[in-house]
Amino acid sequence: MIQQEREFGFATRALHAGTPPDPATGSRAVPIYQTAAYVFGSTEQAAELFALRSYGHIYSRISNPTVAAFEERMASLEGGLGAVAFSSGLAAQLCMVLSVAQAGDHIVCTQSVYGGTVTQLSVTIKRMGIETTFVPAGDLSAVAAAIRPETKLVFVETIGNPSGVLADLRGFATLAHDAQLPLVVDNTFATPYLCRPIEYGADIVVHSATKFINGHGTTIGGVLIESGTFPWDNGRFPLLSEPSPGYHQKIFTETFGEYAFLTRARAEVLRDVGAQMAPFDAWLLLLGLETLALRMERHVANARAIAAFLQTRAEVAWVREPKLGSIFTFGLRGSREAGRRFIDALELWSHLANVGDSKSLVIHPASTTHSQLSDAELSNAGVEPESVRLSVGLEDVNDLIWDLGNALQAAARE
Amino acid sequence: MILTAAWQLRSLLSRVRTIAMIGASNNPLRPSYTVFSYLRRQRFYDVTPINPAIASIDGITAFPSLAAYAAARGVPDIVDVFRRPSELVAVVEQAIAVGAKTIWFQYGVINDAAIAMADAAGMSVVVDRCMKVEHARVCGDLAVNGINTGVLSSRRQPVHPPRAADS
Repeated sequence: MIQQEREFGFATRALHAGTPPDPATGSRAVPIYQTAAYVFGSTEQAAELFALRSYGHIYSRISNPTVAAFEERMASLEGGLGAVAFSSGLAAQLCMVLSVAQAGDHIVCTQSVYGGTVTQLSVTIKRMGIETTFVPAGDLSAVAAAIRPETKLVFVETIGNPSGVLADLRGFATLAHDAQLPLVVDNTFATPYLCRPIEYGADIVVHSATKFINGHGTTIGGVLIESGTFPWDNGRFPLLSEPSPGYHQKIFTETFGEYAFLTRARAEVLRDVGAQMAPFDAWLLLLGLETLALRMERHVANARAIAAFLQTRAEVAWVREPKLGSIFTFGLRGSREAGRRFIDALELWSHLANVGDSKSLVIHPASTTHSQLSDAELSNAGVEPESVRLSVGLEDVNDLIWDLGNALQAAARE
Repeated sequence: MILTAAWQLRSLLSRVRTIAMIGASNNPLRPSYTVFSYLRRQRFYDVTPINPAIASIDGITAFPSLAAYAAARGVPDIVDVFRRPSELVAVVEQAIAVGAKTIWFQYGVINDAAIAMADAAGMSVVVDRCMKVEHARVCGDLAVNGINTGVLSSRRQPVHPPRAADS
């Protein structure tokens, strides 16, 4: 039972981490613990649990055994200390921000991030009194210049959505750490199979689990993973290093050490925001993770073949080939109308606002996912009016190419 | 020897039984009370506060010094320390004097000279770790909070796993 030093591989952890057989029944598949609350062993145990002096489930808004299994597996795959799951990727991001920042604080974020992240930061979180400065992803000196005394974190995406720009994670981490700040990385497009940001110095990783982690387009979910190595007691994070009125005046860094951030994110922020993951959703995400390594191999192979095919077509003006992952954009020659005809002519590719499904997906970002952005913001995010975004799935690649070829011909017809 | 690997800490925590907790407080807001309260509820641990300023914590009699504990109860399996860094050299001297083999410095309880002295005396030393947290990792309690326990197994575990020392 006591484990020695064996470091298990990625695929093994994707199948086993967080899910030993159920201790109560021996069930090999993780049971769906569909319960709101948990009976206390005694009044004394109840008091110890509420005071955070012992470990156990109290109420499924704060923790749940099925959700905990998903959290532990994600922490294992990303190489983090622990994880907290949320009802969506944006909920994970909001609660990550609220765990370290409050009114008067500031965030530095790269421009080429998901449109939903831009609006969350520049509208909703700004209304809470936390301001964000957006800087070009490729310009580390602009990031450094944007950091202020009240800055609490630097936020980047491993792979920009939909620009495909790869972040220099090591460069961002060094820069953030020099300013005594954590680097937060949205790793949704890469998944821990293709990139583990903590290995490059990131302190917190966030995901929309809806995408490749789920893999089947069935579930909305989010998760944050923390490395456990950031010094939250460095004087810049009073929410973690000063007595908390939300928890018996506990000082999180003093009582929980390396677990300070994860404990506050769960015991205060998740508790008070109430954006918890449902047990059934965690179960579907655990099922998805079992095949993550296999799926990512095929996603990447299919995406490379399709990018090469598009390069050969006269109807295509440009292809932004994926450097990592299976989501990329290309531009059609001709008017906006050509883009509309292209999408309308597709048979297999699903026209919808999601990515990372096993089924191939297509969308026109300028009129959909990024439509809340101004022209300047669109250009900063790397979205041209003619950009079409593909999320390449797991179908037979020749069938996908057949469908794209037919639609390109239809788009070229006047 | 300084113990850092998870398996070393697990192995240590399943061997020890008597714990002398230097600087344990009876103030529920203090981290030392949190750790004391957790550890004394675990089966097979016998935890005793060492603190001249208090008579007892939750009904468990405190000893004024490690020497007084050792005279009455024998050498503790582990000395768990919640003291200011400036006092740690004296604490290590006391631990060596009673013949303690293992010393555990809690979060932030760090003094390089004291650590080196304990190491040179042949003690097993744990630095900047919480005994509550590491115990919770061993017995699976931490898994309720989505922590990466590092435990992968397809063997059925009992609902209340026995400590390795008793199995």
